Amino acid sequence: MLAGILGYNCSLKINYNAVAEERFMSGVRILVGTRKGAFILNSDGKRTNWEVSGPHFAGWEIYHLKGSPVDPNRIYASQSSSWFGQIIQRSDDGGKTWHQPGTPAGQPAEPGPPKSESNKFAYDSAAKPLTTHQWYDGTQHPWEFKRVWHLEPSLSDPETVYAGVEDAAIFRSSDGGKNWKELPGLRGHGTGPKWQPGAGGMCLHTIILDPSNPKRIYIAISAAGAFRSDDGGETWKPINRGLRSQYIPDPNAEVGHCVHHVAMNPKRPDVLFMQKHWDVMRSDDSGDNWKEVSGNLPTDFGFVIDVHAHEPETVYVVPIKSDSEHYVHEGKLRVYRTKSGGNEWEPLTKGLPQKDCYVNVLRDAMAVDALDKCGVYFGTTGGQVYASSDAGDSWNPIVRDLPAVLSVEVQTLK
Amino acid sequence: MIRVVLPYHLRNLAHVSDEVTLNVDGPITQRTVLDALEAQYPMLRGAIREHDTQQRRAFLRFFACEEDLSHESPDANLPDAVATGKEPFIVIGAIAGG
Repeated sequence: MLAGILGYNCSLKINYNAVAEERFMSGVRILVGTRKGAFILNSDGKRTNWEVSGPHFAGWEIYHLKGSPVDPNRIYASQSSSWFGQIIQRSDDGGKTWHQPGTPAGQPAEPGPPKSESNKFAYDSAAKPLTTHQWYDGTQHPWEFKRVWHLEPSLSDPETVYAGVEDAAIFRSSDGGKNWKELPGLRGHGTGPKWQPGAGGMCLHTIILDPSNPKRIYIAISAAGAFRSDDGGETWKPINRGLRSQYIPDPNAEVGHCVHHVAMNPKRPDVLFMQKHWDVMRSDDSGDNWKEVSGNLPTDFGFVIDVHAHEPETVYVVPIKSDSEHYVHEGKLRVYRTKSGGNEWEPLTKGLPQKDCYVNVLRDAMAVDALDKCGVYFGTTGGQVYASSDAGDSWNPIVRDLPAVLSVEVQTLK
Repeated sequence: MIRVVLPYHLRNLAHVSDEVTLNVDGPITQRTVLDALEAQYPMLRGAIREHDTQQRRAFLRFFACEEDLSHESPDANLPDAVATGKEPFIVIGAIAGG
């Protein structure tokens, strides 16, 4: 009996220490893409003091960086420029050093065929049906590669990574970013002639991998809508039922909706939240049907949306005044949070500017960490990166004067 | 020996700090010079010429001997001064954008 009691107490103590140790040892790495380079912000689990490194790839547009969930030291970055095109960069040491996959820095080429073509994104010209897409003036236009908007590393293999590109298509690399191959079934869906570019181009900006089903992938395109694959990217179906967009000829069309971002809590992968051009939406059936949950938001135009790491009904958005005025409403930077899965939203303002603020928060510029008290992070077009270590109750700027922020991703480190 | 001057961002990409020198066999043309450049610095593939078409990227220009050669045939001979290494072949970014 005594041994049992001692064992019980001893076990409690060990567990307590384990929790304390994990909290002490854990940390957060934020990957920030901006108009003029990448920045990496590091902190321990307390998330009060931050080290800032960068700019990496100074002067280049960094649309997105993301780390592998399998190997946090493996980070992929999309580096691009109107002058020099698309470059893929990879780090294998947590962002300290970078190289183009397959072409290590300064290494002369050996005779023979190219060792890799990591920055080559060639549309699959054999894919059927070959289509064009709708241009701004309503005519049809051929697909032309512009840049990579989003990189999504595999949940199980650090060598596999997906790329969402403009003009909208999805590519996959199975060799650590050295070579890229289009998954042509998406464009092969046949609705391409109805896809059209938004103000930012016709971009595939969201890729979500279902942790409960390795064959299931969600993507979203401005302006085509959301699509789902249930066979690992071979075939795709539009999942836009319930979306209503007044600005397209058929407001309830199968495709053509300007979806700005989609978010999922990995622990409840059948529930999705969407920030559409206008309207905040929710699906409880893996995107098959959507319903509006904008509720009491002051405006339901916006770009970002994300879900609390531990509370799947807690969702964050940043309302933007309108599609004509891409800045926050009333000069106040307010994150809105619902704890009931939508409709009832509360403004979160503590630590955020509440007057004379006219920044935007772009679609990939919000992320959450997985620490016990969920951290929430977002970056603005004014160059601030704000952090909340208490699930949004209060905010502090980590940095204030970066170039315009395009994307924010978080790695929770053990 | 052919000398090539790259713009700042491409020097960074290639991890070189100054102009680069290339050995080019046969006729000295834009195509043979750029082929040799990309063979020596494969990370530049696609950054000067489009991958598929091998066309000059729209916001880049080619200069040598104070002449804009951007619209010359890629198979036209470059000036003798470039072929002999007296003058560099210059890749320059157009002044545009912000």
